[in-house]
Amino acid sequence: MKPITVKVGLASCGVAAGALEVYNTIKEYNDRQGGLELKQTACIGMCFEEPIVELDGGTAGRLSLGKVDPARIIDIIEEYRRGELPKANIILADTHPGSCNSLLQGQTRIVLRNCGVIDPKSIEDYIAKDGYSALKKALAMKPEDILNEVTDSGLRGRGGAGFSTGKKWSLARDSKGTKKYVVCNADEGDPGAFMDRSTLEGDPHNVIEGMIIGAYAIGADEGYVYCRAEYPKAIHHLKLAIAAAEEHGFLGQNILGTGFNFTLHIKEGAGAFVCGEETALMHSIEGKRGMPTLRPPYPAASGLWGCPTNINNVETWANISWIINHGASEFHKIGTDKSPGTKVFALAGKIAGSGLIEVPMGITLRDIIYKVGGGMKTEKPFKAVQIGGPSGGCIPASLLDTTVDYDSIDATGAIMGSGGMVVMDEGTCMVDVARFFLNFTQNESCGKCTFCRIGTKRMLEILTRITEGKGVPEDIQRLEELSSNICKASLCGLGKTAPNPVLTTLRYFMDEYLAHIEEKRCPAGVCTALIRYEVIADKCIGCTACARKCPVSCISGSIKQPHIIDQDKCIHCGTCYTVCKFNAIRKG
Amino acid sequence: MDKDLTQLDAMIEKYRGKPGVLIPLLQEAQHLFGYLSKDVMRYLAREMGIPAADIYGVATFYSIFKLKPQGKHIIRVCKGTACHVSDADSIKDALISALKLEEGADTTSDMNFTLVEVACLGCCSLAPVIMIDDTTYGKLSPEAIPAILERYSFVEEQ
Repeated sequence: MKPITVKVGLASCGVAAGALEVYNTIKEYNDRQGGLELKQTACIGMCFEEPIVELDGGTAGRLSLGKVDPARIIDIIEEYRRGELPKANIILADTHPGSCNSLLQGQTRIVLRNCGVIDPKSIEDYIAKDGYSALKKALAMKPEDILNEVTDSGLRGRGGAGFSTGKKWSLARDSKGTKKYVVCNADEGDPGAFMDRSTLEGDPHNVIEGMIIGAYAIGADEGYVYCRAEYPKAIHHLKLAIAAAEEHGFLGQNILGTGFNFTLHIKEGAGAFVCGEETALMHSIEGKRGMPTLRPPYPAASGLWGCPTNINNVETWANISWIINHGASEFHKIGTDKSPGTKVFALAGKIAGSGLIEVPMGITLRDIIYKVGGGMKTEKPFKAVQIGGPSGGCIPASLLDTTVDYDSIDATGAIMGSGGMVVMDEGTCMVDVARFFLNFTQNESCGKCTFCRIGTKRMLEILTRITEGKGVPEDIQRLEELSSNICKASLCGLGKTAPNPVLTTLRYFMDEYLAHIEEKRCPAGVCTALIRYEVIADKCIGCTACARKCPVSCISGSIKQPHIIDQDKCIHCGTCYTVCKFNAIRKG
Repeated sequence: MDKDLTQLDAMIEKYRGKPGVLIPLLQEAQHLFGYLSKDVMRYLAREMGIPAADIYGVATFYSIFKLKPQGKHIIRVCKGTACHVSDADSIKDALISALKLEEGADTTSDMNFTLVEVACLGCCSLAPVIMIDDTTYGKLSPEAIPAILERYSFVEEQ
C-alpha cells in the first residue's frame, strides 16, 4: 500500500500558531504505528488558517486542513486512511470543496511557487521541482545573453523603488574592477511586511540560485545575504541551504565544472531599519555603523569595500530562476507592460485572509482585498489600506480600483514598497496611524540629516498633540511645510519618504484631522484622550458595577438608579465600558 | 560583575585581521557575557586595535546590542503596524503589570525577564504577537499573558 503523505507547515507563523505540537503528535503516532510519510514544509501563505496540515495519497485526494487541533489530528489521519473524507476544516482540496480554493485562484505563483509545497531543508525536494536547472542553463549562456534576458523580461526591483534589474546588473558588469560582489537585501524592516521571511523560510534555494546566476552574469565571485537577526528560522534555513548547495557543487570553486567560482556568506543584521537602504547596508556588512552615504557613487561603481556591488532584494532574486527557465517573453505575458510579472504582498490587519499572496501586476486593490484576501475580518466597513510601510501611504476606499503597478500606486501618494499591505477598518484612527509611522521613522532615523532627525521629531510632537486633543488649526500647515522640507533635505530613502504616511492621510482623511483639532473628537474612538464615556440613562439599571470598578471613583449614583460619570474627573480608561453588562455606557 | 575577559581571546584570534568582523565579534561577546560592558568593549578595542569610540559607536547604533545586564528571558513585544491596529498597547500594559515593572524599568528585579519593544516580528497575521526568547506567541489578549509568563517564571533555586 502506498504510504499516506502528511505535510505540516512549520514556518514561523505556523509554529506560533501551534504547528510544532501538531507535528510532534503525528510523529509520535507514526513512530509507533508507521505507514505515514511525514514531511515538513513552510508557509503556503494562508497564515490565518495555521496550523495547516496537508494529506495526500488517500482515496479522498489531496487535502489541506486548516486550524488543526492537535487533539483531533490522529482521528483525522485515521479517517483519511480509511478512505473517508475527514471531519475537519478543509481549506484546499483537489476534488472537494475547500474554503480557500477561491483565494488561490486569483494568484499567480512564481516567487512562492515552492513555498508550502517542498521541504525547504531538502535540496533534493528543490531539485525535484526543477531546482538549479536554471543555473545549469545560465552557465551554458554568455553573461551578456543573461543580462539581455533579464533586461528584456522587464523585471523591476521588488524592494520597492522599481528600478530595472537588468539595467542595474549591466551597470555592475560594466564597472571596472576584478573583484565584484552581489548582495541580497533581506533586511525586511517595514513593520507589517513578512514576504522575505516567508520566501527565505520556504524556498531558500530559489533565492540562492538567483544570486549565483546574477553573480555569473555580473562577474562577481562573492556574495552576501544580509538578513535580519529577528528572523532566526530564515537564517537557519539559509545556512542549511548554502551548505547543501556547496555539497552539490552549485556554490564554491569551479561550479558544475565550468570554472566559475562563487562563495556566499550570511550577515546577520543587528537591528537598524535604516540598514535596508543600500549604502547603509553595505556599511553594516563592513562592520560599521549603518549610516547612508551620498549617491553617486552608486554601489554598482563603488560598493562593498570600494568594489562594484549589485544589491537586489529577496523577491527580485527569487524571480531570476523562473525568468531564465521560461524566458523573458513568458514573464512579459504576466502583469502589465511597464510592470511585468507578479508581486508578493503580505496581507495583515483587519482582513479575513491574512497571509502571503502573489498576484499578477495590474490586479486592482479591490480584487486583492475582496477576492484574494477574502474581504474584511469584522463587520466594520473598510476604511483604508496602508501600502509600503513607513515610506508608503494610506489609500482610501474611493481609490480601491487603483491597479497594482509601480506607476499607478505612486500616483496615489503611496509607494509599491516591498509589499506590506495592512488593511484598516472604521475602527482605525488615521491620525493615530500617521503618528504610529512617524514614531517609527523618528526612532529609526540614523540622525545624519538635520531635517530627518529633528523634522520628524517635530512632526511627531504635532501629531501626538493632535491625538491628545491639543491640536491647533495651524498644525496642518506646519505638518505640510515640515513634510516638504524633510523630503527635500534628507539624503536617503528613509528621510525622503518619512512624511508619506502623513501626506496621504492629510490628502484623503483631512476630515479626521479637523475632527481632532476643531471638535476635539476622534471619529474612530481610538485616541484615548478624546474618548468620552457617558451613561445611557435608559439602559442603566443601577447595578453599581462601573462605580465599584472606576479607578478614580468618578461614577456616582444610588443602587437601581441610573449612574452619572463626572467628566472632569474621568481619565478615559474605559473600565466602565468593559465591565457594563447592559451596554449602558456610550463611547464616543 | 567580574568576568574573566580572557574568555574573549579565542574569538579575537578567530576574527583578527579579517574585514567587517566588528558586528559578529560584538554579537559573540554579548552572547558570552549577556551584555556589552565598558570593560568588554575596552578589552576588545585594545586587543583588536580598533578605537574604543568605533566600538562604542557600533554598539550604540544597533538595537541588538545591550549595554546593561539583561534578564534571563527576553520578551519582545511587537509594535508593528498590524499589531498596533490590533491593540498591542494593551498587551504591553498587561506584561508590565504582570511583571510588576516599575516606571521606566525594562528588567524585573529578579533579573528573570527583560521587556523590549520591537518594530515587527513578521508574524503579522497572528497579531498581536510577542516573542519570548525564540518562541512566538500570537493572537494574544491581555488575559492570556499571565499564563504564558507562568511557564518561564519558576525561579531557579539550585
